[in-house]
Amino acid sequence: MSEAAPKTTPLYDEHLRLGGKMIPFGGWLMPVQYSSIMEEHQAVRNNVGVFDISHMGELVARGPGAGAWLDTMLTNNIAKLEVGTGQYTFLLNDNAGIIDDLIVYRIEDEKFLLVVNASRIEDDFGWLRSHLPGSTPAAATGVQIEDQSDQYAGLAIQGPRVGELFSALFGAANKLPARNQIARFDLGGTSLRIARTGYTGEDGIEVFFAAEAAARVWKEVLEKGKSLGMRPCGLGARDTLRLEMCYPLNGSDLSPAHNPLEAGLGFFVDLTKARFSGREKLLREKENGLSRRLVPFRMKGKGPPPRPHYRVFHAGAEVGELTSGTLSPSLNYGIGMAYLTTPAPKPGEEIEIEIRGQKFPAVIEKKPLYKK
Amino acid sequence: MNVPDDLLYTESHEWIRRDGDTIRVGITDHAQAELTDVVYVELPKKGATYDARGTIAVVESVKAASDIYAPAKGTVLEANQALESNPALLNTDPYGEGWIFLLKMDDPNQLSGLKDAAAYRAALG
Repeated sequence: MSEAAPKTTPLYDEHLRLGGKMIPFGGWLMPVQYSSIMEEHQAVRNNVGVFDISHMGELVARGPGAGAWLDTMLTNNIAKLEVGTGQYTFLLNDNAGIIDDLIVYRIEDEKFLLVVNASRIEDDFGWLRSHLPGSTPAAATGVQIEDQSDQYAGLAIQGPRVGELFSALFGAANKLPARNQIARFDLGGTSLRIARTGYTGEDGIEVFFAAEAAARVWKEVLEKGKSLGMRPCGLGARDTLRLEMCYPLNGSDLSPAHNPLEAGLGFFVDLTKARFSGREKLLREKENGLSRRLVPFRMKGKGPPPRPHYRVFHAGAEVGELTSGTLSPSLNYGIGMAYLTTPAPKPGEEIEIEIRGQKFPAVIEKKPLYKK
Repeated sequence: MNVPDDLLYTESHEWIRRDGDTIRVGITDHAQAELTDVVYVELPKKGATYDARGTIAVVESVKAASDIYAPAKGTVLEANQALESNPALLNTDPYGEGWIFLLKMDDPNQLSGLKDAAAYRAALG
């Protein structure tokens, strides 16, 4: 991460206008909350909320060889990806360490949009560029990759009333894209790419468009959302919402020191593919058995909320530490995820979390921690 | 921001209501507004002793844990047990029902360096 002054998104002034409390996050100055994490969380669970995700990166890969090449760079299977569809996937280093988790959309037959984490844009782009096929000019190999992050603004609109909001914005004749699909829509002359994806466990969309139009689109979304109980939501609610679903947070649950199998995300890794970076290491891991696993848990009874880096004990021995933890606003008890040494305790088994020198009981759960 | 005239204030946003050698302590309206959504308060134990500036309680919001400091060396006479079941009292009534503990000071003259309401208001800007 660079030590430079934090960057701001094109919605910075809008956040200040709405009373957003700005904090540094992954090299960016972002709103952690506007009014209350609890209220923003509930708005997404019950109605609909809008998040500024303009800090996220957009890399575009194109050319006749782009699909085949990306398939060797990413863990999921691009060959299965139809035009207008996205998939969750990983970019791994040669040691199977997670450089980033991202969504790759096939927006045209030979054009791919990679939506990556804000703090990982430079690393992802650097890695991908240095792994372009061959050393000959890009034109000859048929693959080009471009970092278009600065050109894009992004909004995540999440919650059960997203369909109503979509109709209010685009008219009843326009239909929401299907789950994981991406399509183009027009809003007052601004072209939007809208994907039916999200990071909250609720129905929702992620919207990508030209940075210049950021404030106008943001205001229109909030205006149309007013009657639906819509709230602008910050990173605080984004974190509690995703953790209730056990979605991993890059930089906390995922890092180059972790691989997707131990993170419990093998579903997004196609080991039957002939080649992708990290594959050999993952096959060895699988054969030798994983040394640790990311497991979700909840606190039993009243106690302080669990937080990252608290130590975990099982049957008297220290077995790992938390990478995520919070009080769940939906469940009203502490929840978290921790990497535990294998054989890790199973769902239903008790563990203890050490908080300020005192041990508190918790129980291993299954994903997701919150179900409607 | 509500800053009652009859209280004293610390740099770290605790308020203090003094009665002889006993002080009642909580967090200010400004502090609760900054924290928002207090979800847990770790209270000091009755009879426990603390040094001035020692961590005596912890206030936790969804996002972070914040230490509360003892304004003076002394012994805890009482902690506000109501916060165990309803930590949000710190948000809804920070100067009243949301008080945190009652401390008997070893040396009442030790209580120094505090701000009055005007000085605390000025510090908040």
